[in-house]
Amino acid sequence: MAVTNKPPVTGAGPFNGVLTWFDQRFPLMVLWRTQLTEYYAPKNFNVWYFFGSLAALVLVIQIVSGIFLTMNYKPSAEHAFASVEYIMRDVPGGWIIRYIHSTGASAFFIVVYLHMARGLMYGSYRKPRELTWIFGVLIYLCLMAEAFFGYLLPWGQMSFWGAQVIINLFATIPIIGEDLSVWIRGDYNVSDATLNRFFALHVIAIPMALLGLVAAHLMALHETGSNNPDGIEIYENLDPKTGTPVDGIPFHPYYTVKDLVGVAVFLIVFCAIVFFSPEVGGYFLEYNNFIPADPLTTPTHIAPVWYFTPFYAMLRAIPSFFNMQVWGVIVMGAAVMIFFAMPWLDRGRTKSIRYRGPIYRAFFAVFVVTFVILGYLGVEPTNVWGEFPKGIPVVGGDYIATWVARVLTAVYFAFFLLMPWYTARDKEKPVPQRLT
Amino acid sequence: MTAIVLDQVDEKKRRFLIVATSAASAVAAGGVAVPFLGSWFPSARALAAGAPVEVDVSKIESGQQITVEWRGKPVWVMRRTPEMLAQLEKNDALLADPQSGSSKQPDYVKGAARSIKPEVFVAVGVCTHLGCSPTLKKEVGAASDMGTDWPGGYYCPCHNSRFDLAARVFKGSPAPTNLEIPPHRYLSDARIIVGEDQKG
Repeated sequence: MAVTNKPPVTGAGPFNGVLTWFDQRFPLMVLWRTQLTEYYAPKNFNVWYFFGSLAALVLVIQIVSGIFLTMNYKPSAEHAFASVEYIMRDVPGGWIIRYIHSTGASAFFIVVYLHMARGLMYGSYRKPRELTWIFGVLIYLCLMAEAFFGYLLPWGQMSFWGAQVIINLFATIPIIGEDLSVWIRGDYNVSDATLNRFFALHVIAIPMALLGLVAAHLMALHETGSNNPDGIEIYENLDPKTGTPVDGIPFHPYYTVKDLVGVAVFLIVFCAIVFFSPEVGGYFLEYNNFIPADPLTTPTHIAPVWYFTPFYAMLRAIPSFFNMQVWGVIVMGAAVMIFFAMPWLDRGRTKSIRYRGPIYRAFFAVFVVTFVILGYLGVEPTNVWGEFPKGIPVVGGDYIATWVARVLTAVYFAFFLLMPWYTARDKEKPVPQRLT
Repeated sequence: MTAIVLDQVDEKKRRFLIVATSAASAVAAGGVAVPFLGSWFPSARALAAGAPVEVDVSKIESGQQITVEWRGKPVWVMRRTPEMLAQLEKNDALLADPQSGSSKQPDYVKGAARSIKPEVFVAVGVCTHLGCSPTLKKEVGAASDMGTDWPGGYYCPCHNSRFDLAARVFKGSPAPTNLEIPPHRYLSDARIIVGEDQKG
């Protein structure tokens, strides 16, 4: 396209000239319009719609604080722990950069879990948004990998033994498992080689994949348009004069401004944690991780950080069968992977929980409670609720919490696997024509 | 010069060339991946660090245990008391694999004690479940904090696997097999070497 064919940019006052120069060499105004000022979003977004933009904000916080941490961190078994303490004590402002990064990790999972809950509630994974959902689950997987690799870097006791346990999950795979775990570690034990490669994955490989997936997630979203709390397609009801959705408003300035309010509230809470309670009682930073890694002594109670604990509770609850312990690993993996199948498991005729019937609502409520209790059990030692009295058949002498976790694991999977059945049979309410 | 006539494109040939080029590229990509994936295996230095370790067992008191490092893993060396050895014979009914049939150990350690000399016990202190290092709970009964019928042994804090003092796993533990006994031999009465097999 010839440079002169494009009309000059107007409406930007003194910047018209420079923006015109850019626009004639880059699709600046087209992107601005299609992605922001003429991207129509449903007008009824509620508080649940803050968490997507907040996740993007936390990603930026993690990347920026992470870059500055690498400037003083040393990825070696000998120096890693000391270099983190050096950042905390001697580097000017180092403590706040590290606390921002460690709080950001937990904040990331909080906003992502709420973002996913929103998607589940309003059926945002349903046709035509299956790919947006799949990219989202991939982002969640990357986030888990990123958190796991990053957790080894401070080289504390929990870093070491957490990595030890998770890598040994792979060793439970029959036949190739043992060699596979040596290949992952690069040694017979978690060591300097493991730390160094985890550092590489944490600071470059996974973040790059994450950025690519976020771009894909947004592109897929903007292709179909956003879902909303009513689960109605706003693009099916266009204003005959303008051709824009009658129930839509431009993303900019309406939702950019709304999201800024969310950002302000989020940052108040985030800063309060960073400044006053960065450890959050051992949930964001575990106390055992203030002890340098010791390959010869396991801490008396090891548990992953809170965001992994629902899955960890499942892993711990599954006993070994046929002399193989791979089952717990399979269950844990399936518990995460099953999210990919959501768009095809749900046979409901309505998307949003607002118009779903009582069976779906009951299943959903039980699912949320199950997830929270499993998360709690994963933090605590298995003897937290004591033992069943000896003499009771089957469960006698076993830990109560182990059996609760087993039952809840079954409930967790029932929510997904029974979904095709109960969503198809549920008594749903009529969906309105317009947004409410 | 002949002009290219679009409607005379040989589709079959195009398809063949696309498939052939893609297949050749896939093979090349696979080949390039080999050194990258291979770089994740233990380096020559890590392999060399797996050298055997010598331990002086004469200084270990009866009932005492020391931990040495071999291949980066904890190896326990314990001198068991006669009472402990007697208890091992009575544990069979509680154990998942009392004869260590499906557990990793050299041929020259046999029986309930799982050691060359009954009193001197050598084991890799890494849980066969997910690799934590179990803690020694050698007291018997309530003093162990493990319940009144505890016969003495090891307890893994990660997932509650329980072992006796020959590191044999108790039934109901998540660990599938007994702890590994490393290859080891006596250099003299006082010294053993961990990581080298007994000859003959």
